[in-house]
Amino acid sequence: MAEEIQISPPTAELLSILEERFPGAAQPAECEGVVIAPDRLVEIATFLRDEPGYVYLSCVTGVDYPGPTARFPARFEAVHHLFRFQGGSLTLHVHADRDDPVVPSLVSVWPSANVQEREAWDMMGIRFEAHPDLRRILLWEGFAGHPLRKDWQEPYYEADHKPFPSRYPMGRPVPAEERTLLGRNLQYPPDWSPAGWKLQAEVPVYAPMDERAAEGGRPMHTDQVVINVGPQHLSAHSALGIVACLDGETIQRLEPVLGYLHRSHEKIGERNTWLANMPFTDRLDYMCSMSNNFGYAVAVEKLLGVEVPERAEYIRVIMAELTRVMNHLISIGFFTNDIGVYLTAMLYALEERELIIDLFEMASGSRMMCNYFRFGGVARDLPEGFLPLAKELVYERLPRRVDELERFLMDNEVFRARSIGVGVLPADVAVAYGCTGPLLRASGVPYDIRRAEPYSIYDEFDWDVAVRDGGDIYARFAVRFEEIRQSLRILRQALERLPDGPIQAGKKQPIVKVPAGEVYGRVESPKGELGFYLVSDGGPNPYRYHIRTPSFVNLGVIGELCRGHLVADVAPILASIDIAVGEVDR
Amino acid sequence: MPTQKPRLPELPPELQGTVHIMPWDRLYNWSRKRSLWPLFSGLGCCAIETICAAAARFDQARFGMDVVCPAPRQADLMIVSGTVTKKMAPQVVRLYNQMAEPKYVIAMGACAISGGPFKEGYNVVSGVDKLIPVDVYVPGCPPRPEALYNAFLALHARWDRETIRSLRWYQKDEDEGIPVPALGPDLVDWRLTDKIATLGEK
Repeated sequence: MAEEIQISPPTAELLSILEERFPGAAQPAECEGVVIAPDRLVEIATFLRDEPGYVYLSCVTGVDYPGPTARFPARFEAVHHLFRFQGGSLTLHVHADRDDPVVPSLVSVWPSANVQEREAWDMMGIRFEAHPDLRRILLWEGFAGHPLRKDWQEPYYEADHKPFPSRYPMGRPVPAEERTLLGRNLQYPPDWSPAGWKLQAEVPVYAPMDERAAEGGRPMHTDQVVINVGPQHLSAHSALGIVACLDGETIQRLEPVLGYLHRSHEKIGERNTWLANMPFTDRLDYMCSMSNNFGYAVAVEKLLGVEVPERAEYIRVIMAELTRVMNHLISIGFFTNDIGVYLTAMLYALEERELIIDLFEMASGSRMMCNYFRFGGVARDLPEGFLPLAKELVYERLPRRVDELERFLMDNEVFRARSIGVGVLPADVAVAYGCTGPLLRASGVPYDIRRAEPYSIYDEFDWDVAVRDGGDIYARFAVRFEEIRQSLRILRQALERLPDGPIQAGKKQPIVKVPAGEVYGRVESPKGELGFYLVSDGGPNPYRYHIRTPSFVNLGVIGELCRGHLVADVAPILASIDIAVGEVDR
Repeated sequence: MPTQKPRLPELPPELQGTVHIMPWDRLYNWSRKRSLWPLFSGLGCCAIETICAAAARFDQARFGMDVVCPAPRQADLMIVSGTVTKKMAPQVVRLYNQMAEPKYVIAMGACAISGGPFKEGYNVVSGVDKLIPVDVYVPGCPPRPEALYNAFLALHARWDRETIRSLRWYQKDEDEGIPVPALGPDLVDWRLTDKIATLGEK
């Protein structure tokens, strides 16, 4: 853990410290944070981690500036967002050449950079030097091009920005299929032909496993086997692949294979208008659409600088906390499925979830994809009859049912045997891997963004951060049960104090004018830290739209968690991390 | 003119009420209507609604669909519940090929029908019917469990019109299956090879 430091140094002060230690290596950035010279990056990052206490690398991504414009020369930028647990954030920018972008890798400083740098390489083509394992992560090896580059066009490309001219105004839309040569969402390099071509995509998936298997030192005469779990598997949580190298039944090395639900979220998001991205955020973590809306709204409102009316803030908190209750219930239910109870125990959790979904449907009109938040407020006011139902649920039914569920599960002999001491995650490893949410708090780190960096009106409520010390599966579910109770506590206060008034700042408008700038807005979604990194060039669309999802980063630690355990423990460990594949792959 | 009913043999009085005589087709369709086993496969958001459809409030077991099996060899019905991405396409086709005849496919939700909100995405297949034949389309994003049930009923109605003689399972010719697409510079559908080869000339 980081040492305590008295004063939180703002960027200007930090710059002077950096100037003293590393003369000439750090400059103030155009928008936010500091620009670091690439050759000093690893040194400076180590210094920042060890001395001012920026122990937590939240987000790594890239931004592409293809042509020299008025604001920017042609270049790539790697952007790192650092946080301190005592409060305070820092953004590091590293510039790279547009034609051959190379940036030093920070995996040696923060292991959490591993998956995120692989993603930036896959999407942007930024090469991270000295990265131990720089392979594509969401797409496959052999895919033509790096899709998030501004000059890369998808097969159905029509225009850089929506609304497309063929649609608006009075346009005559042509089906996308008719605009491509094959009539499909496919395109190939001009000189490529399927004749004589050999499949390569799966080789890099298994190659690291084979290396591992080639290493000697087997204590017993057993064979090492490489197995696949998923993407079609009962506990694959939709479509997640896992490749594991086994010695007998013990896992030696395991890594997730991602991208089976990669829906090109960010590319579509950069074509969309600002508000049109709101329904897309619903589909990130499809179990908690309200929390995703919240994250996006908070990030854009930071750029816009709008003040949200009090009633809207209360409604937002009510929705977000109901979502948290719902997500933890599902997570507990799926876990019982994964330890082999199949559907029976899950029914208890799903029954309560249906009642919460009813409330969402009343308010937003949809069971799952709520699309309820707007910049500066919410889409519509609470309908008549919402409050009595919500109060009945929050005061009477849910506390009783959660107690019951906890008694069934946490005192259960089988559950305890499968979870205590399994998949132990020490606190320092959790922090180094960038884990957030219940996964981190179960390792004894009381870090919750609602408390550490309060957004919306969370500082007005009386509640505690749920934390446990065990770091094993049992502790994670204990944290989830405790969090449900704390959420109910917040809900009781919010429902009691809900004020009257407007639900939207200013007028509702479909096209939002967002001033140029960049922002990293983050909220505590039920699964962990959900961050939106947005760059605006002042136009009607986001210039860069990157989502740092908790599931994706938390999943990076699964290899560490599973090493040395049995195959049968993989499903419970995966369920205890609590992922949504829509959010992992985006 | 009314259609002629098949002549059924006379039942002895002591067996009436315990024995039912019906054509093979009706028996076959009646029994499989009540023992449909869906494949437990989720591809995204809609998978959560399929789970809700199976859970207590909606209770899929009413349709005899109590067994939800994750193994394709035992399944009769594939519910494509979510976005079919290019990376997942080979697996979807392989799963379909592994299912035993007679097999049916429900495309659930906008993504499985056409790509839906993610249609323009570079990694999205514009509808699962580009890969495998689809029997029922269920619109919605995601469709409610009731809409999914409507699709089951639509399947039932279709089976009433089917005869055992036309089912593929009882045919002599061997089912080759659908060629599994591969991941090249983009998704390679082997049925499009000729077209792809002519692309370079244009």
